[in-house]
Amino acid sequence: MKDIITPRPVPRAINWNRLQDDKDLEVWNRLTVNFWLPEKVPLSNDVQSWASLRPDEQALTIRVFTGLTLLDTIQNALGAPAMLADVQTPHEEAVLTNIAFMEAVHARSYSSIFSTLCSTKEVDEAFRWSEDNPHLQAKARLILDQYDAGADPLRRKIASVFLESFLFYSGFYLPMYWSSRAKLTNTADLIRLIIRDEAIHGYYIGYKFQRATERLPQAEKDALKDFAFALMFDLYEIEARYAEELYDGIGLTEDVKAFLHYNANKALQNLGYEALFPPAACDVNPAILAALSPDSENHDFFSGSGSSYVIGKTVATEDTDWDF
Amino acid sequence: MGGLVYYSSRSGNTARFVQALGLPADRIAGPDAGPAPTLPFVLICPTFADGEGRGAVPKQVIRFLNDPARRDLLRGVIAGGNRNFGTTFALAGDVIARKCDVPVLYRFELAGTATDIARVRDGLDIFWRTQCLTTA
Repeated sequence: MKDIITPRPVPRAINWNRLQDDKDLEVWNRLTVNFWLPEKVPLSNDVQSWASLRPDEQALTIRVFTGLTLLDTIQNALGAPAMLADVQTPHEEAVLTNIAFMEAVHARSYSSIFSTLCSTKEVDEAFRWSEDNPHLQAKARLILDQYDAGADPLRRKIASVFLESFLFYSGFYLPMYWSSRAKLTNTADLIRLIIRDEAIHGYYIGYKFQRATERLPQAEKDALKDFAFALMFDLYEIEARYAEELYDGIGLTEDVKAFLHYNANKALQNLGYEALFPPAACDVNPAILAALSPDSENHDFFSGSGSSYVIGKTVATEDTDWDF
Repeated sequence: MGGLVYYSSRSGNTARFVQALGLPADRIAGPDAGPAPTLPFVLICPTFADGEGRGAVPKQVIRFLNDPARRDLLRGVIAGGNRNFGTTFALAGDVIARKCDVPVLYRFELAGTATDIARVRDGLDIFWRTQCLTTA
């Protein structure tokens, strides 16, 4: 019997002045500048608005938020850390630890909303619901299968992008809907901070996936793409049932599904893939789009929609003005 | 018909958008400031803003536009972005429009959708015809 000792590689200190991939620093800077905590948002201003919701609307909202909490919990404790083993640069490692921590902030934020607006009994009931709900548990399990230690690192990135860029949106829909009706607007502000973070996470992990796959043989690329679309189909099936169970009661399921299709396509684009759902299936309610990006409704030239098209105020442009 | 100039980072979203458009386009790439258009052109540019809107326009695009000869030929901007960034969605378009006194022609998300591609193709076609009329 021989002892095989793998020599420990030389431990290396991270040098941010020697980058292998500029995207690491770009994303690190965006994430760190965007850092926030739930205490920054005056959630208590929503107390009156919360009281104006019907009991079934309140119960739905709490359930939706426990579902979102579960996804953030998984990404914090398992998803982002699982990707640390497969980094291509030391700076990617640092970015992933930021992502992991912000997921903990997101998960913690939902509890801030609960403690501000809801009774302990209602919240406890919703957490029990999240453990028993077959659709929520099924989607969590499909993702966790790819986070297991033995799973393929590139499939793990696919699952991670789908969690960040697709699975959250059956839940994010509701606070955007309330916001479009001028309800829970401070809560919506907090959710928009989460949405902003998740957008960078999905973009970055998808980018790293593309970098890792660009030199693979075509057959392996094809197999990964097949896996990605198959996983998207499976997750979509679950999401559709999850949406029906949650939103049938208030008649919003079809609206939510359009939002799911739209976000599924964006998740696939983050991986460098083409859209799955045709434009007709992605006709998201304009009120929801406006709630996502307030004050930036389409007022561009080609669309001809909106009324606020103006050429920017004329200011003589000097070369020295290019100081962004 | 005028030209197209675009910038795309290695994530490739804007490059995929331009590829889907199927129109001739010059990419701003490399350490130098990139293409030197001789005819009027529209710029397609993604957004990289932080939460405060800083850094919306990529440095390579700033370098490209930091040349009066190029700016004189710029007629409009099409901006990429992601609605999930809220008020800073496609902000690069607004910043360039303000700086260069040209209209934001269109905004799209990530690599765009089939609808975006159709709208931009038609929009550019009409836009260049109007431009020819007004400058004739």
